[in-house]
Order: sequence, then C-alpha cells, then structure tokens
Amino acid sequence: MVMINLIVILLVGGLLAILSERISDTMPRKVAMGVVLVDLLYLLVCLSGMPDITQLQAPVANDPSSWLMHFKADWIPAFGISIELALDGISLLMVLLTLVLGAIAISASWTDIVVRKGFFEANLLWSLAGVLGVFMSLDLMLFFLFWEVMLIPMYFMIAIWGHENRGYAAMKFFIFTQASGLLMLVSILALVAVNHGATGTWTFSYFDLLNTEMAEQTAHWIMLGFFIAFVVKLPGFPFHTWLPDAHTQAPTAGSVILAGILLKTGAYGLIRFAVPLFPEAALNFSYSAMWLGAAGVVYGAVLAFGQTDFKRLIAYSSVSHMGFVLLGIYAWNELALQGAVMQMVAHGFSTAALFMIAGSLQERLHTRDMREMSGLWQQMPRMGAVAMFFVVASLGLPGLGNFVAEFLVLLGLFQVNVWITVIAATGLITGAAYSLLLMQRSFQGEVNKKWADYGLADFGPREMLTMGVMMIALILLGIYPQPVLDAAQPVLQSLLELTATPALASAEAMQ
Amino acid sequence: MNATMFSALAPILILSLTAIVLMIQASIKRDQSLAWVITAVGFVLTLCGAYYARDFTQSVTILLQVDHWSLFFTSLIMIASLVTLVLSRDTFSPEGERKEEYYLLLVLSVLGAVVLIQSSHMVSLLLGMELMGVALYAMIAFPERGQLPLEAAIKYLVLSACASAMLLYGFALIYAATGELSYAGIGAKGALAYIENPMLIMAGSAMVLAGIGFKLSVAPFHMWTPDVYQGAPTPVTGFLATVSKGAVFVALSRFYIDGGLDQYSGLNTALVVLAIASMLVGNWLALRQENIKRLLAYSSIAHFGYLLVVLIALTYVDAGLVSQSITFYLTAYMVTTLAAFTVVSTVAGEDTAKQDISAFEGLFWHRPLEASALTVAMLSLAGIPLTAGFMAKFFVITLGIQSGLWGLLAALVVGSAVAIYYYLRVIYAMSKSTESTGESANRLEKLLALVLLASILVLGSWPQPFIAYAGGL
Repeated sequence: MVMINLIVILLVGGLLAILSERISDTMPRKVAMGVVLVDLLYLLVCLSGMPDITQLQAPVANDPSSWLMHFKADWIPAFGISIELALDGISLLMVLLTLVLGAIAISASWTDIVVRKGFFEANLLWSLAGVLGVFMSLDLMLFFLFWEVMLIPMYFMIAIWGHENRGYAAMKFFIFTQASGLLMLVSILALVAVNHGATGTWTFSYFDLLNTEMAEQTAHWIMLGFFIAFVVKLPGFPFHTWLPDAHTQAPTAGSVILAGILLKTGAYGLIRFAVPLFPEAALNFSYSAMWLGAAGVVYGAVLAFGQTDFKRLIAYSSVSHMGFVLLGIYAWNELALQGAVMQMVAHGFSTAALFMIAGSLQERLHTRDMREMSGLWQQMPRMGAVAMFFVVASLGLPGLGNFVAEFLVLLGLFQVNVWITVIAATGLITGAAYSLLLMQRSFQGEVNKKWADYGLADFGPREMLTMGVMMIALILLGIYPQPVLDAAQPVLQSLLELTATPALASAEAMQ
Repeated sequence: MNATMFSALAPILILSLTAIVLMIQASIKRDQSLAWVITAVGFVLTLCGAYYARDFTQSVTILLQVDHWSLFFTSLIMIASLVTLVLSRDTFSPEGERKEEYYLLLVLSVLGAVVLIQSSHMVSLLLGMELMGVALYAMIAFPERGQLPLEAAIKYLVLSACASAMLLYGFALIYAATGELSYAGIGAKGALAYIENPMLIMAGSAMVLAGIGFKLSVAPFHMWTPDVYQGAPTPVTGFLATVSKGAVFVALSRFYIDGGLDQYSGLNTALVVLAIASMLVGNWLALRQENIKRLLAYSSIAHFGYLLVVLIALTYVDAGLVSQSITFYLTAYMVTTLAAFTVVSTVAGEDTAKQDISAFEGLFWHRPLEASALTVAMLSLAGIPLTAGFMAKFFVITLGIQSGLWGLLAALVVGSAVAIYYYLRVIYAMSKSTESTGESANRLEKLLALVLLASILVLGSWPQPFIAYAGGL
C-alpha cells in the first residue's frame, strides 16, 4: 500500500496545485514543493520500520516475499493483468533520486515559469508519479502503462512552457518515445503469448515471465523490441536524435526531470527487464550493445564539443554519459553494473545542476548562445564557482560521484573486452575537453561589454540551497559510495545468479 | 410468427412505430421541438426494448438473428443515435422551414442500421444497408444553403449505388454457386461448392467484400470519405462514422463468421491487403489535413484497417475471442469518435473556417472541458494507455500475435507511429496561448462531453467488467 500511496499523493498533489492557483499566484509552487517533500518524508518514515537494506538477504528475483515491499491486486484478471508493485534496492535508489530531483526541479521552476503556474506544477507532479510507477511496477502491462503515461505531462511541459522551437521538439520527443513504446508493447504481448502457449495461463507478472522458455530466434526478436524501446529512452547511439531538441527546448524544470530522471527509466528497464527476461539472447547481443555504448560515448562527446548552445552541449554530454551506462549493463558483471547504477545516480545530480545553471543564465541573459557569454564569473562569482564544481564533476574528477561510476564501469568492462574499454576510456579525455570548453567560454575570459551594465543578479539563497544539496550529494557519492553500492549489491547479485544458467556459464567459460 | 418473436423484434418495432408517429405528427402540426422529443422518446424506448428482448433471443424467420451480440450492438447504436440527436438540435434549429423531416430520416436510418446488425441473410443485409443509406443521403444534403453538403451527398449517393450494385452481383454469384442466401446456408454448403466451382465463390465474395468495403471506407475504396465527412453537417458526420460504419462492420463480421468465409485463403489474403492499405493510406494521408473533419475521416480509414486484423485472425483463433475483440474495439471506437464529434460540433459547428485545426488554438484555456474531451479522444484514437483506444489496440495486437500475423502487426506499428503526429497536432494547437474567448456550449452538450470523456477513461483504466461482459455475449 505504501507504494500506491506514494503515487496517489503525487497525483492528488497535482490537482491541489491547479486548484491552489485560485488562492494566489505563488501558491502552486509551494504546494508542489510541499507535496514532494511529504512524499519523500512518507517514504523515509515507512522505510525506517523496515529491516536495514544492507542487512537484507539477497532478494531472490522469483520470490516476491524476499523483496523490500511487494503489493499485488487484480486489475484485468481476464488477461492476468494485475497491479503489482515491488521495491528492491535498485528501485529504492531510483525512487529516492526521483523524489529528490523532483524537489529540485520544482525549485528550478520557482521563478522560471510565469504563465499557467498551477497547470505546470501539476504536470511536473504527474510526470513524477508516472516515473515512480515505472520504477516500482513488476507487472509488464502496468509498467508499460506508466512508461507511456509519464510522457504526456512531459509533452505538455515542453509544448506549452518550452523555448522558441518547442512545438517541433515536443512532437519529436513524443513520436520517438511512443513509436519505440509500441515496439515494446508488441514485444511484451509476444512474450506473454509465448508464455501463454507454454503454460496455458495469461500472466503479465515479471516473476511468472522470468525463465519463460522459447526458441532462440523468438527470444532474440522479442529482446530486440525491449532493447530498442529502452535505448531510445536512454538514449543510446543511434537513437539519440530526439534528446538534444527536447532538452534544449524544455523549460529548466523539464530539462532537470528529463535528464535527471526520465533517461534513467531506460537504463532501469534494461537492467530489470531486457537482460533478465532473455539472458541468453542478451548475452549473444551484448557485444553489439557494448559497441553501441562505446560509439555513444565517443559520438556524444565529439558532438558536445562542437555546440555553441549551452543547453545543447549538456544534452550531448548526456548521450556520452549514458553510453557508459549501456556499457556497464551489457558488460553484465558486478563491478560494471555497480558502475552503471552509480552513474545513473551521479549523472542525475550533475546534469540536473548544469541544466539549472543553463536555465538561470537564460533567465538573466535571454540567450543560451555561449558566443555571447564571456567572463560571467566576474559578475556572478557564486554561479561561476557552482558551475565550476559541476563541470568538473561531470568530467569525472576523482573524489566526486561521476568518477566512481565511470571508473567502476571501465574496471568491469576491462574484464570483458579490452578494446571496447580503451575506446570508452577516451570518452574521459574528450569529456574533459568539452566540459572545460563550456566553462571557459561562458564564465572565463574577458567580460563581454554587453552584460557589463546589465545588472546580472548572482545566485540567491534558494538557488544556493538547491545547488548545495546536489553538491553534498555528489561529494558523498564520491568519497563514500558504499551505501549506494550496498543497496544495489544484493539485487545485482541475485540478477547475476538468475541469468547464470548452466548454458550461459559454459558460454562464458568458452570466451 | 409467434408472440415471442414479436418480443424479440421489440427494438425494430418500436423504431418503426416512432417513424409512423413522426409522420402523423408532421401532418397534424409541424413543430420541430415536438419532433425532437418524439424521436428522443422513441430512441430511449428502443433502448429499453433491446433490454427487454434479451429474454427472447432467437432467429426470427431466416432473415433476422436476434441474439445477445446483436442486441448489445443495437443498444450501442441507440446510444450513438441519442448523441447525434442531442447534437442535431442546435445544428438544425436555424435552418429553413423543413426541419422535422430530418428526425424522420434519422429514425429510418437507425432502423436500417438495426436491421443490418441483426441480419442473418443477404436479403436483410441489403434491405438494412439500403434503408440506412438512402436516409443518409438526404441527411447529408439536408442543409439548404451551401454547396459542400450537396456535393458530399451526390458523391456518397453515386458511390454507394455502385457499391450496392457490386454487392448484389456478388450475392448473385454466391447464390449461383451454393443455392443459398442465408449466412448459415452458405457456411454449410460453401466448402463443397468451392471445390466444384472455386471461381464463382471467390469472385462473388470478393465483390461482396468490395461493396462492404465502400461502406466501411477501407482503402482502396476510401475516396469518398474525406469529402463526405467534411461536407456533411457535423452531427451527421458523427452518425456516419459511428452508427453507419459500426453496423456495417457488425454485419460483415457476422457474414464472415457464420458464412465460414475464413476458410478461403484467397479471401483472407484480400483482407490482409485491404487492412495494410487502410492502415498505411489512412494514417499517411491524415498527416497533411488542416480540416479536423477530414482528419477524422482518414483516421477512421486507419481504424477500420486495424479492426480488419481481428477478422483475419478468425482463421487462427476461436470465434469467441474474435467477437469479444470486435465488441470491445467497436465500442471503444464509437465512444471515442462520438466524443471527438461532440466537441467538433459544439466548438466549430457548421462553419468550415472554424473546423481548421488552427481554429482550435487556445481551446484549453477558454473551454477546458471541451478541450479535455477532445484531448482524451485524440489520445484514445492514438492508443495511449488508460484510454479505451489503448485496450482496443491491445486486443488487436494480442490476436495478431496469437495468429502470427507479423506483416499486419508491422503495418500497425508503423501506422500508429505516424498517426501520433496528426493527433498530437490537434492537442498542440489546443494548448497554444491565445487571447480569444469562446462562447459557451449549452448544458446538455457539456454534460454529453463529460460523460463521453469519463466513458473513454473508464473503459481504458478499468476494462475488466466490460471485457467480462463482452466475453459473455
């Protein structure tokens, strides 16, 4: 029930945010912030009654009672569709990330949004609710439902409050994700039909569908459907073309949610569904997937280097960083998977912060063009320092979260394939190049006279508080990553055991 | 004929009675509001009649088959007709002197649709289709001013006449081969006749298919659709899209299932071609439409393409699942389409300029209820989860996968992906900010939009009761 409540609180909160606009103009953002914080607090209170996650027995993936929380109720029994939600270490990490970044996104929308504030905050809360559903559902139909439904509020956020080219960007975003979603729907139904043919019962439950036996070819095609759907969202090369447009045109809060949370649903789907449901097919495909990942790392970095638009540069850097996640997942050993999970969390914070900085700049300068920015540090020293911190975090400075993540991925990947590791590692160098370029062009150098008398306001207390939270998070992740690793470890362990069937073990031995 | 047969025919009898009462009323006192009330009462009574007839299901002569399935569709069509009636009141009140005839035509057309749904014989199929069609020509051309309605009516008349001719010729060929006109008889003797004379059966059923294809406007028989949709008065377009097409599809599936047509692989291949062509052509041509009624016309072509997948699957899965899927799909499609036309009718009315997608800009902010209803209808047509259209598509894809129809599924996925673009265009236009303020709809139409909106969401988010009900029909 706790999990249902988490979602319902956000849904009802959205309605409250719309209604509260009648009280006063500034009310919706306060209501939204309150709702997210209440949701977060509620989750933490409920968790405190639970056994410590690190002490938890490794949850056996096909035994729901060993999960942290589990809830199941009938929904459409005619097809064996149920409302099945469950929480384990990875889901919990993602849910916490979602709620924290949700609060940060609301803070980012504080002064950014000037029209129809109530409806904006409602859309923000509803898309958070959808994301929570994605991270917690274990019924494939329910998962698909949340997967699709979370996009509609996001679409509205881009289409109504976005920047100059919002219509195009929103449309492209929606069509890409919907088309890939349809592919996933066909795959889900094909998987269920195979299972129905074998057992004679309709079921969409994750636990029942694990270990479905099917022909190699069938598994390959169904797996590919899932893979494409998730990689479009991740986004991985060559399905990333929607991302620069959507991220650049979205309002700041929208970019924060898109980059910080929505991209992670793709990675989560790969870890939770695409690999465990089809272990053999995924293993056979892993080589291609890793090359796609490496290509994403390099390609994203090269394109980021060539951008002049502040937000577009960050967007392409996301493509590069998400390449590491893809590499980590398809290396499929514990180190690399830990790295992938770590990257999901760390990238969430660092990119969210960079997008907020981009948003603040746009609010003040009314442009995102870096050629018009220069020497901004002198006028806004606090913002400059904060930007410096997140830029070096993003390029993977040791001591901060992103470094731990990328290092783990490379370490795990090295055991699987040396050459791919070498290529991926060049991403760290190019990453440093474009990140520092971003810093240099916008905050350093000579002061652009255009802004000299513009009266640019530095970060205020609200912004510093928001940024401070993310800085502390990244530093903690960098110097003491153990809690995150501990939370994910039992889950990854059980997933690795689950996929290590005898056939696979021999295949691995042969390599 | 015995007494229980009359009970089984309750819906048809009540509708005929309503038509007679309307004629008498027109000869005594010409009054449009009175005619409206009589029609409304007649429709509601027919709905009750359909409920009452459930206890008397049987074959009434060899012409009509009254069973739970056809009674369900009778009720559904009555509901759609009631919606049309509500929308018609405002549309036709400013017209000239001749107003009551419209209601008479509406009742006759509905009567034809009900006969069509309950038909189990080629004669009743033709009778129903003609009764429905002939009344519809006049309804389309009803507005006295303007060329578009007249053009649409002529187009529909000429092409429908062609289609009827093909249908008749097809019937004749099938009769020549089997010596039967009832579906069951064709089903029983068809296989044998096919061995003796395959060409006759194939040519006959292909012509029947073409004739029905015209009415359903599946590609390549779709040419008339956009012009007629645009030219007809909006409530009539809604009626054409839901009642007429729905009834024809029910008749087609009955003919197909009872006549055992799925055993001829050549016919199945023809259906596959029609389905793929409809999905691709419908969605593709909808992309560049500016007029929302034309857009909905192309969208309906695509939707009947999806629906044909269910019929094709009949060869591979059991008929119960097929009829359950048809029930769900048609219900979802009708409710969604009615919601869309309700909004178009209340917002744009009969003004062609107002029917452009760009004329819907800012609707969200000055008429939130109508905009929400149209948004949900568009999402449902696009097949987004939590709406009725999604569950309908779910049935289609499930059946397609179980039957291994991968080519059709590929066309469905491509078609649906393309379709998102034009459905979203409407939603995007409505979400734009504009300064204009619109006038308000009357209370009945607002209530209607709300009810249809709720039904789409309930069918999509809590479909279990309806699935169970549809399975038991």
